[in-house]
Amino acid sequence: MNPSPYPVLTVLTFWPLAASLLLAFCRKESQVRIVTLIASLIEVVLAYPLLAFQSKEGFQFLEHIPWAPDWGLNYTMGVDGISIFMVWLSIFTLPLCVLCSWTYIGKRVKEFHVCLLLMTMACVGVFAALDLVLFYFFWEALLIPMYLMIAIWGGDEKRYASLKFFIYTLAGSTVLLVAIVALRVVGGTFSIPELMQMDFSFRFQYWVFLAFFLAFAIKVPMFPFHTWLPAAHVQAPSAGSVILAAVLLKMGTYGFLRFSLPMTPAASEYFAPLMIAISLASILYGGLVALGQTDIKKLIAYSSVAHMGFVTLGIFVFSVQGVQGAIFQMLNHGIITGALFMMIGAIYERSHSRDIGKNMGLGKFLPFFMFFWGLFGFASFGFPGTNGFIGEFLVLAAAFKFKTLVGIIAVPGALLAAAYILKVTLKMAWGEPPSPEGKGWLDLKKKEWVYLVGPAILVIYLGLAPSGFLNVITPTVSATLTSFESRKSNALPAPKAPEGTTLIFTEEGGVTSAGGEKNG
Amino acid sequence: MAKDLNFNFSYIWPETVFFILVLYLFVATMLSRKYPKMATFAGLWPIPALGIVATILAGSSFHLNEAMFFNSYRIDGLSQFFKVLISLGFVLAAINSFSQPTLAKSRKVEYFLYLTLSAWGLVILSSANELVTIYLALELSSYSLYILIPVRAHSKEAAEAGLKYILFGAAATAIALYGLSWIVAAQETTYINALASLSWTVADKPLAVMGLTLFLGGMFFKLALFPFHFWCPDVYQGASNETAAFVATLPKLGAIIVLIRLATLLKPNLEITAILAVLAAVSVTYGNLCALVQKDLKRMLGFSSVAHAGYILVGLVAGTAEGLAAAAFYAMAYLFMNLLAFWVIGRISQDGRNLTYDDLNGLAERSPVLALCLAAAAFSLVSLPPTVGFIGKLWLITSLWGHGHDWLVIVVCVNSAIAIYYYLSLVRHAYTEDPFKNVAKPKASKKPLETASAVASAAASAVVTTAEGEVPEGPVKVIDLTDTSAYSYIGALFLGLLVFLLGVFPSPVYSLVLAAAKGLLP
Repeated sequence: MNPSPYPVLTVLTFWPLAASLLLAFCRKESQVRIVTLIASLIEVVLAYPLLAFQSKEGFQFLEHIPWAPDWGLNYTMGVDGISIFMVWLSIFTLPLCVLCSWTYIGKRVKEFHVCLLLMTMACVGVFAALDLVLFYFFWEALLIPMYLMIAIWGGDEKRYASLKFFIYTLAGSTVLLVAIVALRVVGGTFSIPELMQMDFSFRFQYWVFLAFFLAFAIKVPMFPFHTWLPAAHVQAPSAGSVILAAVLLKMGTYGFLRFSLPMTPAASEYFAPLMIAISLASILYGGLVALGQTDIKKLIAYSSVAHMGFVTLGIFVFSVQGVQGAIFQMLNHGIITGALFMMIGAIYERSHSRDIGKNMGLGKFLPFFMFFWGLFGFASFGFPGTNGFIGEFLVLAAAFKFKTLVGIIAVPGALLAAAYILKVTLKMAWGEPPSPEGKGWLDLKKKEWVYLVGPAILVIYLGLAPSGFLNVITPTVSATLTSFESRKSNALPAPKAPEGTTLIFTEEGGVTSAGGEKNG
Repeated sequence: MAKDLNFNFSYIWPETVFFILVLYLFVATMLSRKYPKMATFAGLWPIPALGIVATILAGSSFHLNEAMFFNSYRIDGLSQFFKVLISLGFVLAAINSFSQPTLAKSRKVEYFLYLTLSAWGLVILSSANELVTIYLALELSSYSLYILIPVRAHSKEAAEAGLKYILFGAAATAIALYGLSWIVAAQETTYINALASLSWTVADKPLAVMGLTLFLGGMFFKLALFPFHFWCPDVYQGASNETAAFVATLPKLGAIIVLIRLATLLKPNLEITAILAVLAAVSVTYGNLCALVQKDLKRMLGFSSVAHAGYILVGLVAGTAEGLAAAAFYAMAYLFMNLLAFWVIGRISQDGRNLTYDDLNGLAERSPVLALCLAAAAFSLVSLPPTVGFIGKLWLITSLWGHGHDWLVIVVCVNSAIAIYYYLSLVRHAYTEDPFKNVAKPKASKKPLETASAVASAAASAVVTTAEGEVPEGPVKVIDLTDTSAYSYIGALFLGLLVFLLGVFPSPVYSLVLAAAKGLLP
């Protein structure tokens, strides 16, 4: 079952925690940076056994330890085709973040790196947890370092942005906790794999889906809940933005795939039109707003809203192609947007501004910088040959197959992406430089080469040879969808609803069919 | 259950140890007039020492399940669990009070005498299994507090707080006694075991339900549950930081254990359970909303404890063994996280002032350990993982779900989103605000460290002048008197570790409490 010589997921989760304790002994700032970089590289090396992941359905690298047996809490870890690449993404983001904050972060360096390491721990934990409470543990634990990162090292409006981020996401998670408790009482277990196999009454699914929806839609973020994202992205330091874009947003869509579809199939089917409508709204709205931005970082932040709209669209058309495209797009967005945010951090260190107007004409002075910017920008709007194309294409194809109208509405979103990326790239490359001081800026430094080449290779490799990746995820995706198709009409018939209150839906024949005394 | 005296010293060792400590302090009070040394550590070391002994003795007798004094006094897992908590909390609260700046030296030994008396009353209360015994133990612990609260040098607010506490306390006691008389009249017994087998519906025994409601009112006063909470923020604000730390934590435990014992009377679907559910919901929401707008940290914690009283009630509304166990577990969480918050406040306010949020500015740079511990307390209070507050609340709401009050679970969870704002403010001020934002900097050219020491010394002299009755000049807001000695770290780290470790490894404690709660219910 577990082909690795050590419990690889546990080690990957808690090694950053151990490393953050090590940092307590570092005195100099440069020491802190080097130690964190080494720790992050060790993390990558430690992930080596994960390469043995087999492309088949079901969870692998399972670990299981009773945690609080009286309450049915277990420490269960495992990955499947949906989560394996998210774990990889979290692990590879860490060294890039250390590198891109090497000169960007100048104050309270030690605390910053502790936050980075703790965030990596929580990210890996969220994707590897197979127990609802364990999942929630990491899900919430992530908020604290992220909050501190924005609130301490953020820009001018850091207080507003960090508070908004925290309250929005926490408000979403509170109902998630209610859903977890309800699933525990009705389903009788916290175990995610077991709950994925259970059939609940439609009424129960209805409410659980809505609770999940609120938590995940805020995290993704989907259209009406997205307002925290631009604020957080713009104010966060570049490493914070990178983690936010590359990993945090994926947690929402991962939640839809892992929880909503398998646990509440009937409700997912029921709400699919709404979800698709919101996804389309996110795509178009995000694209339109991005078009009007003058702040580069805000532009990329709104483009995230649009890109994540493609992901949710892919999920809720319920076809293998669509979900494949969604997962691919999750990975793409992590690589591309992460890289773009690192580049914005790099240019901010030179111009001390994120305004497009203050960063024009770079093609002349920073040719290599603009090369990478162009590459990631093109990948971002799905230029053929880059990985963005594959993901977007799969989702669009699935959308057309689902309903032509949905596809037709989504296509302008893809065009909008090209419009805003080309607009900003054009100005940055060939615009009139606002001041002569730009001439003194240096092109890419060594460490910038290091952290940009990796994502660049991935962009092209995944764009040209996506089949290796798709082969790994396909068995899980098909299994998930097969199970979804077979169980979506399986919802247990709901007995007559108790009168009086609308919120009592637990006793209505969960798996335990507790019957229970109805308190109308 | 034995219906005889069944007296055995080995059952009541913790109580005895506390009694010895009370006697010792009584003598020490007399001696301290002649030997001022009694008011230093040389005379006071038995307090933590015997407190720890009591903790160990209570902890080593979990296996007991005995009824004494004709079943009015029970030694069982639950009582021993609470005795451990009370003894441990007493030790920490006493150590916290050792360096109390607003306590005159001549009153010091006396102060600890009353502190110990109050804790002793609570220890007895943990085992009380009969309404009159409960009442007596409760008063034993309350009377001492009436004296403790006004003991704060040069503070009219403390006198006001003391008066408020006495008046509210007396009224609550009167109500409880009145209710007790109705219960006796209707049910003709005061033994909880006997009462548990009787009917408690309005249709059968209207008088008894009325009486129980009134009696519970007396407990809710102790717990500061809405609408009996009015004293809470005022008393916290008026009492010295260290006294508030005690008042905020230990007497609440006493109320909780009584409520847990009385909860065995509350079968599901009783009218009174519905009342409790409504009170819990209102208390949680009202407490959190009021805490949002507070500036004084202790007032904020006062309203937060109103909200926490509501959380604890959630477990009682469930009424199952799991629910009672969850309430007991959450009581432990409440004790540790509040003591931790008060500990940090006491250490920051070395001159004994009340703190506002601004006084926390830059704490992370002045004292990283205290800042980290404050953050742990704040996140535990708002029930974020990985802290004991999260696990506690998770168990509370899991135990309630499916018992007809699911709406209460949703209210409780959504309240986290309200509460986060003011708890996060603690963290925000400690970590993100500039420590000298409100202070006139001596010279811009100086390095930060020199500035810090300059401001600190300036502030210290300002305090001295204030003490002499003069108004200090300049807008000195942040007074960096934060205690960074080993003493300040010991308590903070100990409690911080408890809050964290119990949040990650709750299983052993939880099994213990669950077994105890199962023994309580038939």
